[in-house]
Amino acid sequence: MTTGDLIMIWTDNRALSIFIWLVLILTVLYFARPAAHGVIDSFTRMLRNNARLAARSLRALEQRVSQRNRAVLLGDGRNVYERSIEREFQRVSTLVGRDLAGFPALERELRQQIASIEKDYRDAIEIPPMPPAWHNAVEAIARIPPNGDPTYVRVLTDVNKAFKRASDRALEETRRSTTDRHTILLRMMPFWRGVDRSLERVEKKIESLEERSKTIDTQFETYQEIVAKTDRAERLLSTSAVTQFVISGAVLLIATLGAFINFQLIALPMSEMVGGNSYLFFSPQFALKTADIAALVIISVEVAMGLFFMEALGVTRLFPVIRGMDDRLRNRMLWITLGILFTLACVESALAYMRDLLAADRAALTQQLSGMDVVTPAFRWIPSVGQMIMGFILPFALVFVAIPLESFIHSSRSVIGTGYGAFLRFLIFLARAWGNLVTQIGSIFTHLYDAIIFIPLRIEQALNERLERQYASAEYIPSVEPITTDASNENLHPIMETQRGDPEYQFEVVEEPKK
Amino acid sequence: MRAHWLWITAAAVLSLAGCTGGNPNSKAIMLLVDTSGTYATEFIQAQRIVNYLLGTLESGDSFGVAEINSESFTEKNIVVRATFDSRPTTANAQKRSVLEATQKFVDSLSKGSVNTDITGGLLQALEYVREVKANRKYVLLFSDLQEDLQKKQIRDFPIDFNGVQVIAVNVTKLRTDNIDPREYQVRQEQWKQRVETGGGQWQVVNDLERLQSALL
Repeated sequence: MTTGDLIMIWTDNRALSIFIWLVLILTVLYFARPAAHGVIDSFTRMLRNNARLAARSLRALEQRVSQRNRAVLLGDGRNVYERSIEREFQRVSTLVGRDLAGFPALERELRQQIASIEKDYRDAIEIPPMPPAWHNAVEAIARIPPNGDPTYVRVLTDVNKAFKRASDRALEETRRSTTDRHTILLRMMPFWRGVDRSLERVEKKIESLEERSKTIDTQFETYQEIVAKTDRAERLLSTSAVTQFVISGAVLLIATLGAFINFQLIALPMSEMVGGNSYLFFSPQFALKTADIAALVIISVEVAMGLFFMEALGVTRLFPVIRGMDDRLRNRMLWITLGILFTLACVESALAYMRDLLAADRAALTQQLSGMDVVTPAFRWIPSVGQMIMGFILPFALVFVAIPLESFIHSSRSVIGTGYGAFLRFLIFLARAWGNLVTQIGSIFTHLYDAIIFIPLRIEQALNERLERQYASAEYIPSVEPITTDASNENLHPIMETQRGDPEYQFEVVEEPKK
Repeated sequence: MRAHWLWITAAAVLSLAGCTGGNPNSKAIMLLVDTSGTYATEFIQAQRIVNYLLGTLESGDSFGVAEINSESFTEKNIVVRATFDSRPTTANAQKRSVLEATQKFVDSLSKGSVNTDITGGLLQALEYVREVKANRKYVLLFSDLQEDLQKKQIRDFPIDFNGVQVIAVNVTKLRTDNIDPREYQVRQEQWKQRVETGGGQWQVVNDLERLQSALL
């Protein structure tokens, strides 16, 4: 039976038949209305609840991830600051060790200089010789006016002469003494300057120590905040982690480009060593040249040696085993890795030269095949030497990859964790939005259902209004009755439904007719 | 636990070693040069093709040049053949000797052969490209495709071209083709049918610039 036959089941008149079907369907839909509303409501509620459940689970996961991120961030920050403070203390220790070792000598020098100054000072304050003690008596006699007695005059003249001589001698002695004192004072000057210089040296060292102590103070404050797990410390470390991630990522990108150049230098000549016709199959469609893999292995070994070298040097802290090694053993490891690096650099240099020879041979063959005379370009040695130098330097340059790599690894933990947290928050938003959307769609479907059966609903409404009017014309005793949408209860009438279609119990004053 | 890891590592290394092999895109090319009287003026083109191919072939690829004359199904007709060494320097030296041999061959061609045994040449070429076990096998047919057999020669039997791509290069038009061009088309169509019936692929490349894409 086709659809057309099914339509025409009632009568041969197509329009009439369709009308009968419509009436039938609308009647069924009208009577199935409460059940249909229930189905839509249950279904949307189920979806909404699931979405809410998912959002709640995601929220819990996001909180765990956030806590983990916070712990990782603070842990990393703590390590970094511990290392930084440790280094500062080491610097202070070196400074103090170096300077304090010189302090006894400096003190001795200062003491000697001070002793010399003191001695000179004592010498400088030596009292100049005074004129003889009879000076006052002679001076009194010399002042007696001459009364014409030649003996007396002669005596006085002699006294006067002797007195002048004594005064001259005293003056001479005073001058000599003053000159000596000036000489002594002049001799004191280098000692003063020496003391000044020594004190300046001490001041500089003290200032340097003071600066270090200020740095340690600042770092210690941050460290204390990290230990106290404050929000400020978290923000500070988070910003620092992102910055480190970006910077180290950029440097690693540059290093990767360097490694690529290195690869280009040695991949072609490697085919001369391991053969250009050997391939390593990862799948029937994907195969790599063994020569390329060998070149990659060499570069990887160089990077690995660089990591060990930096670790043994104490610059990075990626391998706890190396860090925990005995100093002598670590030193030995340092020299071994340096030796391997040097050997690899020499090998690369030779391979770079080989590459140049191969390229030249290939160029000559191409010229020969194209019927041209083989020409060797002038200054061919320049690119050869350049390639050899590059081949030698690049392995050592790759050693420094260890530093940005360490920063990248440490910062990526925080950055990836933060990204994951943001992704989870986005999922929570989606789950909530989905729950709301489902609720709205359920409401739309409920209204759409009512819109389809609007004719029977309008008829029902008209009948209800008519009944109300009839009831209103009579007298009723007011009573209170609950009203529900339950169709099975004839006494209850739906007057209002929530948006979700929940039956909402309300109380309305119904007037009962007097019996 | 440590022993387990050792076993796993050993298995991984062995499986990797088991996965090694030759070039997955290795090529075997046999160039058949028609030296019949109707085609004798085209040898310079053949030399150009040889030069081009030597410039593109890599280590592990095989290359040969054979002559199509009155009796082509014979080892004597092979001018030169070589599988290029895995070391680039040796491979370049081999290419130089192949170049020298083909130049000598082209220089030695003074007059064309009386008959043209293309089928014999093809059989010889098929034997070679299959022998070297390359992944991609090509037979370059440098001819006007006009077969002219001796009376006693039997060549009308099906040939197995399976897995081989036959590329007709520089198919020149004969004087008779100018009178009736359908002959040229029929000639090409016959060879195409013969190759494709035998399970091979047929292609005509008259513009040498397109040879590179045909060999990809």
